[in-house]
Amino acid sequence: MYHTLQEFMHHTKGVSYVLGGLFLLAFIGLWLFLVGREDRR
Amino acid sequence: MNGNGAFSSPSAGRVLTPFNLVTGIILLGGAAIVLLRFAKGLGATTNLSHTNPWGLWIGFDVMTGVALAAGGYVTSSAVYLFGLKEYKPVVRPAILTGFLGYALVVVGLIVDLGRPWRLPYPFVVQAGPTSALFEIALCVALYLATLFVEFTPAAFEWLGWRRWRKAVGAMTIALTIFGLILSTLHQSTLGAMYLVTPTKLHPLWYSPYLPVHFFISSAATGLSMVIFEGMLSHRIFNHQVEVSHEAFDRLTLGLAKAASIVLAIYFATKVLGLAQGDKWRLLATPMGLWFLLEVVGFVLLPCFLFALGVRDRRAGLVRFTALLVVVGVILNRLNVSIFAFNWTLPAEERYVPHWMEVWVTLSLVAAGLWAFRWIVNRMPILHEHPDYKGMH
Repeated sequence: MYHTLQEFMHHTKGVSYVLGGLFLLAFIGLWLFLVGREDRR
Repeated sequence: MNGNGAFSSPSAGRVLTPFNLVTGIILLGGAAIVLLRFAKGLGATTNLSHTNPWGLWIGFDVMTGVALAAGGYVTSSAVYLFGLKEYKPVVRPAILTGFLGYALVVVGLIVDLGRPWRLPYPFVVQAGPTSALFEIALCVALYLATLFVEFTPAAFEWLGWRRWRKAVGAMTIALTIFGLILSTLHQSTLGAMYLVTPTKLHPLWYSPYLPVHFFISSAATGLSMVIFEGMLSHRIFNHQVEVSHEAFDRLTLGLAKAASIVLAIYFATKVLGLAQGDKWRLLATPMGLWFLLEVVGFVLLPCFLFALGVRDRRAGLVRFTALLVVVGVILNRLNVSIFAFNWTLPAEERYVPHWMEVWVTLSLVAAGLWAFRWIVNRMPILHEHPDYKGMH
């Protein structure tokens, strides 16, 4: 529950940054999955 | 192949085919409804009202049509700007699809707006440069003209107009850059249009990132449409296709690799849109389940299936996945413009398309198929003209 805009922004920005970092890691995983067998070929 | 470099179709001369009969009836009915619409107005042919002024003709014919026609800017940019020359065989079909798609968008828009003689008014009589709609109108008009010029080399080769073919060929890079700029602008602005509707569009679809969502999803749709349409062309016009099955599968997998990455980015921006507004609890509502179906079933799942198809070199899986993405973008555009729009209204006031609206939409699709077939059966779209080998 938020009482001020400051609290709301603090929470949503924090979650967004954490998710952004996780997505960047996931993109690396996706890339490795995509090209994993290309290297072996 | 005849003297114009065109192939004669195996079914050439047969008029009463099932395809011709079905689409012919749809087109005749559509023409009658359009006449009725211009004679009697929107009230006689649609379920539109002051509460729901935009319906299927905007939601599908314009919003979805523009996204489905995105293959032109995606492939021409890849080949002519990023130097991926191996994808040249898919550029001409993609540009033709884009040109026909945008032409039908304009036709659909005229049917919806009425008074076609007023179409140039925003440009020459009363411009509204602060309006998102003005930007879309300007970009779509300019991009339709650009796509027409990009398409003309095939027509000039067919007609044997060498000097014109050479002149337009010299403009390829400039046209591609112009087309890319225009597409970036209007694909995103179609989403930006809905930024003024925070109280009407369901919060799960409303996001400050709407323009970003629309642009990124258009790129994924463009790639998927090229894969899907390539599959259909190879089956229906296989006597014209010069690319071997192996080479075509390689192109398909390359496009799928790009589509997988684009879908991953699109999925991330959709989730970040939820996080930015702290909308997680809405996912547990009926509309939330509908949203999850769209985002998980038609974005995340295709992203994974494309990646799996590329990794295991399964072109068939990739083609099925391309169809999933096409269905997904249709669902997304209809969600934003119809299903999740005015979502607070009671059921009896919600918009349901009139059967005549659906018929006109089907007529536009049928007209596109007829035009595509007519052009492909005559002009060098799926093959190279023997006199211009390696020129484009």
